[in-house]
Amino acid sequence: MMKRVLLLAMLALPALAGPARAELPSDCRVAAHLAEPNFPLPHVTRALTSKNLNVLVVGAGSSQLPGPNGPKNAYPARLQQALTDQLAGVEVKVTTDIKARRTAEDMVKVLPSNLASTKPALLLWQTGTTDAMLSVDPDLFSQALDKGINIARAAGTDVVLINAQYSPRTESMIALSTYSEDMRWVALQQEVPLFDRFSIMRLWSDLGTFDLYSATKKLDIAERVHDCIGRLLADLVIAAAKQEPPTNGSR
Amino acid sequence: MAPVSTERDLRLDLFRGIALWLIFLDHIPSNAVSWITIRNYGFSDATEIFVFISGYTAAFVYGRAMQLSGFIVASARVLKRAWQIYIAHVFLLAIYLAEIAYVANSFDNPLYSEEMGVLDFLKSPDVTIFQALLLKFKPVNMDVLPLYILLLAWFPPMLWLLLRAPSIALIASATLYVLMWFFGWNLPAWPSGTWVFNPFAWQLLFVLGAWCALGGAQNLSRWIHSPIVIGLAIAYLIFAFSIAMTWYFPRLAVYVPKFVGEAIYPIDKTNLDVLRILHFLALAVITVAFVPPNWPALKSWAFWPAIVCGQHSLETFCLGVFLSFAGHFMFTELSNRLFMHIIVSLAGIAIMVAVAALISWYKQAERQGRGPRPPTAKPGFAGGDA
Repeated sequence: MMKRVLLLAMLALPALAGPARAELPSDCRVAAHLAEPNFPLPHVTRALTSKNLNVLVVGAGSSQLPGPNGPKNAYPARLQQALTDQLAGVEVKVTTDIKARRTAEDMVKVLPSNLASTKPALLLWQTGTTDAMLSVDPDLFSQALDKGINIARAAGTDVVLINAQYSPRTESMIALSTYSEDMRWVALQQEVPLFDRFSIMRLWSDLGTFDLYSATKKLDIAERVHDCIGRLLADLVIAAAKQEPPTNGSR
Repeated sequence: MAPVSTERDLRLDLFRGIALWLIFLDHIPSNAVSWITIRNYGFSDATEIFVFISGYTAAFVYGRAMQLSGFIVASARVLKRAWQIYIAHVFLLAIYLAEIAYVANSFDNPLYSEEMGVLDFLKSPDVTIFQALLLKFKPVNMDVLPLYILLLAWFPPMLWLLLRAPSIALIASATLYVLMWFFGWNLPAWPSGTWVFNPFAWQLLFVLGAWCALGGAQNLSRWIHSPIVIGLAIAYLIFAFSIAMTWYFPRLAVYVPKFVGEAIYPIDKTNLDVLRILHFLALAVITVAFVPPNWPALKSWAFWPAIVCGQHSLETFCLGVFLSFAGHFMFTELSNRLFMHIIVSLAGIAIMVAVAALISWYKQAERQGRGPRPPTAKPGFAGGDA
């Protein structure tokens, strides 16, 4: 918290002088402290030892970008690139199951078949936006998350949850915070890392790293945001995989 | 039952005024200044303060009315207040619909194609507006007024019981809270889900406030001022602060023992989690212990802005909701830099104070114009006013 306030204070002054631009990936690293893992990923650790890492990304509309180059520039592909760059000698494969307008419950329904066909060591599960838009009962949302995590665990897959995008223009219309908090509780209870995309993007917006308010048809900002998310996700996965599993016998 | 005290406690107005400011700051979407508000440093937030104090002042004002003019007249006044709040809610809804219709027409960004889908409900305004009038469709951050309408509509019988058997009334309220947890009671919302502030849960704080106003606080005062209770309250606040820090710095989460995490999560705002009630009570104990009712500073100019807002809370609250829409509009249209966030936050609070002062002046002038007739206690938001 204090760190965030200090960062804001330090970085806001130059930002006031003119519009900030994220030309370098290093700019998006101001949010790196938010992408630190709090729980280990033992199956990923094992996959790294055997030099073969399979990742499944399950998500809704905010996991994709429009246009012919969309799939190449959206964060799942950027994640695969970042993982490949950082994990020399490991064969990294990212498969996706992404369809717009799906609730957590919708995704859970197809999860078993997805896991069976790809046999990933890691499931990255992006959800929450559609549930917030439909104001699904938060209890049912949490139950769907629990169900999905348990299905993945039973299939020998680690899970990282990814919460909603920070969307300042529509913030007065979608109660994202309720669902983002629910995801935090479920992640803590289930002891899986949460990639707090909401807080990360909010920090970028506050610091002027990206102008998330801009009304534009152009894809440049969207592509840079996805690139940064892919990189930070890769950092989180690698850091979690290198974490020593706790010795007290918990998962 | 002792007659309701007639001495107005300025601390209530002060903290309700501050709560109104915090709610305003929290309600401006994506406001960076909202990092200073209490919700980030513990479990409870300004909503708890507000509901509790509104219960307190409702009992204070309508309790006296019920003793002086009977059940029927006092109930009619409570229901009239509920109706006024309903009108205020519908007025704010009209402004809200105008704002989002504007966003729908002016915003485009490939990053947010999914999120823009939320505007689809504008395609069927007939259903949307009807559901809103039924209080089933409630836009984001517009959940507090519907809660109040219900709490007030249900308040006359509760107040009747509170005046006769305060302990039984409090036990009844707590029982309803427990049954709510046991059976999962809540009211339905539209298009799906349930009320964000579960009235079966939040009534407990409202009734607790009313109970304190009708003599409960005096009975408790020996407990509240005991060093053991104050020590426990401080310890709990430190605990809540430490837990809150682990949400913002994931690496700290490993220091939270597994059994603690299993015991406390999830901390449920909809159903007013016990941890949130305890956090509010700890804050209240510390406040009562360190701010005496006759504290001279309460009459000084420094606290006047918050007190005047607290004394006209319905007007200030509605203005705050409107200003939070306007603030969000400024962020999207003019600038969203931190500087702008600070300006909008400060200007909003200044406008709230100015309008509250104007209302205060007008009511005084109106009263004097009526000649020597003694001023009647007129309720503010849920009771209040000078």
